[in-house]
Amino acid sequence: MSSSIETLVNKEYAYGFVTDIESDTIPRGLTEETIRAISAKKDEPEWLLDWRLKAFRRWLTMTEPHWPNVTYAPIDYQAQTYYSAPKSVKPLQSLDEVDPELLRTYEKLGISLTEQKRLSGVAVDAIFDSVSVGTTMKKELSAVGVVFCSFGEAVHSHPELVKKYLGSVVPYSDNFFAALNSAVFSDGSFVYVPKGVKCPLELSTYFRINAADTGQFERTLIVAEEGASVSYLEGCTAPKRATNQLHAAVVEIVALDDSSVKYSTVQNWYAGDENGVGGIYNFVTKRGKAFTNAKISWTQVETGSAITWKYPSVILQGDNSVGEFYSVAVVNNHQQADTGTKMIHIGKNTKSTIISKGISAGKGQNSYRGQVKVLPKAENARNYTQCDSMLIGNACGAHTFPYIEVANPTATLEHEASTSKIGEDQIFYCKSRGLNAEHAISLIVAGFCKEVFKELPMEFALEAQQLLGISLEGSVG
Amino acid sequence: MTAPYTDQFEAYASNGGGEGPAWLPTLRKRAFDRFSDLGFPTTRDEDWHFTSVTPIAERTFKALKPGPTTLTLSELRPWLVDESWHRLVFVNGQLEPALSQFTELPAAVQVSTLSEALREEPEWVEKHLGSLAAFDKAAFTALNTAFMQDGVVVRVPKSEVVDTPLHIVHVVDAQAEGAALHPRLVVVAEPLSQITLVESFVGLGKASYLMNAVAEVAVGNGARVDHYKVQRESTEAFHVGTTQVTQGRDSMYHSFSYAAGAALSRTNIYTRLAGEGGEARLNGMYMLDGVQHADHQTFVEHLAESCASRELYKGILDGSSHGVFNGKVYVDPIAQKTDGKQTNKALLLSDRARVDTKPQLEIFADDVKCTHGATIGRIDESALFYLQSRGIPLENAKALLTYAFAAEALETIEIDALRVELERGVFERFTHTRLE
Repeated sequence: MSSSIETLVNKEYAYGFVTDIESDTIPRGLTEETIRAISAKKDEPEWLLDWRLKAFRRWLTMTEPHWPNVTYAPIDYQAQTYYSAPKSVKPLQSLDEVDPELLRTYEKLGISLTEQKRLSGVAVDAIFDSVSVGTTMKKELSAVGVVFCSFGEAVHSHPELVKKYLGSVVPYSDNFFAALNSAVFSDGSFVYVPKGVKCPLELSTYFRINAADTGQFERTLIVAEEGASVSYLEGCTAPKRATNQLHAAVVEIVALDDSSVKYSTVQNWYAGDENGVGGIYNFVTKRGKAFTNAKISWTQVETGSAITWKYPSVILQGDNSVGEFYSVAVVNNHQQADTGTKMIHIGKNTKSTIISKGISAGKGQNSYRGQVKVLPKAENARNYTQCDSMLIGNACGAHTFPYIEVANPTATLEHEASTSKIGEDQIFYCKSRGLNAEHAISLIVAGFCKEVFKELPMEFALEAQQLLGISLEGSVG
Repeated sequence: MTAPYTDQFEAYASNGGGEGPAWLPTLRKRAFDRFSDLGFPTTRDEDWHFTSVTPIAERTFKALKPGPTTLTLSELRPWLVDESWHRLVFVNGQLEPALSQFTELPAAVQVSTLSEALREEPEWVEKHLGSLAAFDKAAFTALNTAFMQDGVVVRVPKSEVVDTPLHIVHVVDAQAEGAALHPRLVVVAEPLSQITLVESFVGLGKASYLMNAVAEVAVGNGARVDHYKVQRESTEAFHVGTTQVTQGRDSMYHSFSYAAGAALSRTNIYTRLAGEGGEARLNGMYMLDGVQHADHQTFVEHLAESCASRELYKGILDGSSHGVFNGKVYVDPIAQKTDGKQTNKALLLSDRARVDTKPQLEIFADDVKCTHGATIGRIDESALFYLQSRGIPLENAKALLTYAFAAEALETIEIDALRVELERGVFERFTHTRLE
């Protein structure tokens, strides 16, 4: 490997600064008291506290799963802090009341909560450590009846919706980390799009972990009523710290008849340094349920985190429902990723598409793990899966673990996977055209990922492409 | 679940199992202890996720002391494929010299039963027996090692080429009802030698038994071994077969596994490409009906540079049958220039048939070319329509397309007689006609 790929994959993490802001943090450790404290701080109704406690009691009976193809030191759940909030956050009337230090943080991250996004027509909800610090463009959204607010706010303003859908796709008993999240989740975003409404704006949430030794457990719930449609994007960053931080989020999507939900993620949590010290453990459960004629589409660009472990899934419950998964996962240095999707075909004429692109560099280990399951009643189910892996350098690994389970003969499934190194001949060609090795590689990588990037909203597609360039920096030796 | 076998093992150890050179009872004991620790695999084991061996585990299969057989050559004829081949016939686990013929083999080539080899060349056997078939994580291999009764030892000396295939036939009949059989095959092909082996597993009638076979094949530098496995056990029987291969430099191992029998079968084919330039071709076909369950698991380890592996497995599933394919390709960091390709295709003929497929790639080297593909579906509607538009009745069109689906896999069989025989089986099965 030439040194130019290596330099290319090793640019420094630009979002690693710490914001010095006073925060309201509860003591470390996890007991029923912790949960009561979180719930009390958020002034939650009784039913939600009960739900959290049920989840916590279930969590105590579960053991941490170790089947993914990743290795990490044991997590001490009692050493974590489960709630941390910027102190100045009071119920805000407008963004002007937000702590200016916090707003500067978001400016640094390139997210101007005020003007910029108004111009670009994106509504932003920003989550700093555990709480939402501001949601923009509320007026425009409420004019058409779209609810876009922090989860904590939704509990108070739309309790009936939260109560109806919370846990309906990912029950608290689903898995170890989902149970933990259900017990201690702090905040997150809530989206509700009423019947027949096409959400006029792209919705976007920016997550930021700031405090040290804090786990972030956000919970996002998106409900699209009949015939509604919405596109949602989340972005994530965290400061550079030498200890590992746990991020165990849950995202639930309910797509009722004829609706369409598009969920895009650009995940750039701190990945640890070049020796694998520090970084975020990103253990996330994301799942959507698509009813008749509904469509759920997941797009993810995963460049950050020391360990990524997530499988955005679609339960194709209704007839003619559609599930899509487009993913680019990049690992460099000591990063590990075990990611993929699950497509569960239950309804008739259901269709799913999986396009996964894995790029491994440095000592990174990248695994695609996916399940396509066709149940006996799912007549004429159709799946197409393509997983391609690219290896840059000879110390990394690329692995593929697809599970294909078919119990209906009318199903048609195709699965293709390929693994290859970055093409010497392609690099040579680009160089002969006057590009340097770095540009050649970013061009080739961008081409490799094109099928996924084209699914992202425009401005984020550009951001993702740049991000990819940054995280691969220095991987060519 | 393993407890009932403890008594059997103790009885066997003080009886037939205690015979042979001193190292053998030690090996058996070690294997049995390992089996007791492991227990039978469950669906919680990743490698057994889609295959439940509960029907095997909940029964206690007895050790078999076969009596004399009345089986004649003419009764056996339908299973012999080609009578001119060298042949060893085992009936209920015991060699039947009257039904066998292997005296015509080139003098340098040694083919003997395991018991004979243990008497005559115990040191050579000690060196090879169990050297490949590891039982640390494999309960069935451990069970075979603990109880192995007899089997075949093949040694092909350097540069020796055996032209005529060697056919090893395991016939089981009603005598073996409720019994477990643990045959062992040890093959050592020394550098630049060549041999073709055909292993047939035949169940006569409806006996229910456990066939737990283990084969160890060492393919030397520049050597070639063609290994065909034809599994036509009784549809009440259980078959677990493990083949473990190691390949030297520039060697070739070509395997074909045909599975049409047994209520539940599991075939493991593992090969290690340990020398540069080696090639492994693993192909197979399974054809199931009723409530049959067949599971194939292949594992190709690329441990040296410039090796190639090719896999094609096809399955035809009818009735309420369940087909499983689990193929893994591992590429070691030093195995640069690896070229791996794996394909699994399944055809579903009925509403109740099920397929589970798990093709896996684990790659730690960067200069490699590896692909895998899997498809699952029913007969192509447009192809059916085309044939019907040409005046071919629907049933015939279906049979024709099913036969064509199978042919792609069967074409990789390089022995004409065997290919024709298996093609005939597929043809007759789907056209409901008998070919003369």
